[in-house]
Amino acid sequence: MYSPELVRPVRFIAPPFTDRGQVSRHLLHALATPVALADDELESFQAALASALASTTDIVRDDDLQLTLFVLYGLAYGSVVDCDERWEWNTALIAGRASIESHFEEHLRAVVPQPELPASTAEAVAAALFELTSHETGPSLARFLAKKATVEQLREFLVQRSIYTLKEADPHSWAIPRLTGRPKAALVEIQADEYGGGRPERMHAAIFARTMRGLGLDSRYAAYVDNVPAVTLASMNMMSMFGLNRRLRGAIVGHLAAFEMTSSIPNRHYGNGFRRLDFGPDVTLYFDEHVEADAVHEQIAGRDLAGALAEDQPTLLADIMFGASACLTVDGWASETILEAWTSHRSSLRVPLQGFSETGMR
Amino acid sequence: MVERASIEAYVDGPLLVRGDVDILDKNGHPVERTRATVALCRCGVSAIKPFCDGTHKAVHFKTDPDGPVS
Ligand code: FES
Repeated sequence: MYSPELVRPVRFIAPPFTDRGQVSRHLLHALATPVALADDELESFQAALASALASTTDIVRDDDLQLTLFVLYGLAYGSVVDCDERWEWNTALIAGRASIESHFEEHLRAVVPQPELPASTAEAVAAALFELTSHETGPSLARFLAKKATVEQLREFLVQRSIYTLKEADPHSWAIPRLTGRPKAALVEIQADEYGGGRPERMHAAIFARTMRGLGLDSRYAAYVDNVPAVTLASMNMMSMFGLNRRLRGAIVGHLAAFEMTSSIPNRHYGNGFRRLDFGPDVTLYFDEHVEADAVHEQIAGRDLAGALAEDQPTLLADIMFGASACLTVDGWASETILEAWTSHRSSLRVPLQGFSETGMR
Repeated sequence: MVERASIEAYVDGPLLVRGDVDILDKNGHPVERTRATVALCRCGVSAIKPFCDGTHKAVHFKTDPDGPVS
């Protein structure tokens, strides 16, 4: 043990969000402390976590557990909590993460419909993924945005999306070293485009940040964590879990395929919504870019990534289809939550945005 | 080494073009290309021609399963 006097007190910047219960409170307290001095907080964290996991009924909508998992993954991504960087591989936090993941995965496997398995050939898997994603329910949110959404709702939509999109492509990139051969080359081909093909200003996350700023929003990562509901964090956490566990590489590949296959057409609607309210190309570029880019990516993701992976490793086929179905299911819940709120004239956010006047914003 | 360009057919979907080729419009003017791999519409309904925008799925475009390039 170090005594506090021997360790130079380091000041970390307080996170731009607050806890949502005992587990995330103890975690944030621990992270505000150098690793060597946090034993007491860690013990409280572990005890709170054990009791939260024992009593949670719907982990996808559990604010405290989803925020905790989001913060834990944030140690690997960066830009979530400013803290001693050694926390990333702290054994108590890794153990805590693994115990939440195990409940989360078990829950997803129980509630996500497992699609019928196609033959393990690239063409059959691509066809099955296109078929599965053709039934998705997302476009109703896209149509609402295109036709009816107000400026506040467009802003809420960007805030909801920012949890993933300001780190767009990162969760799936964890899979790159976990693949080999054709699927690896396919994933790199998609991700290189996501990351701007060598031009930082064309990185999708950077284009999205410009869209946010165009609506007067803060484009720093995690600025709106307090505002988003648990299900929005769950959508990001699911990707991180699939990406960071090599065992689940089939699921992250299936997730990406489904994500790309349900992107081009909705993005055209999103862009139309912003154009309807007179936003210009600086704001709509993100959506227009995705109409074209994801029409390319969905082809590569279906046949050359997911299809080739199933061909090379048929034992991953079930997880590829599970990952695709999980993407549609969880993102479907997130979209439904937003649409339900808007159609009943409520904010879709946990904490509504404050301080926007609608004059002179465009 | 300069790699040769390729055009690859995807079942019930677009043609993917990789490598260094000029895409010219009907007046012979180059079409702006912002990415390394592009998808050319072959169903005829894309709103961003010559590129594919995914709409082939909405119109249930089918390529010839017995054709030389699917
Ligand atoms: S081939 Fe995709 S829109 Fe025509």
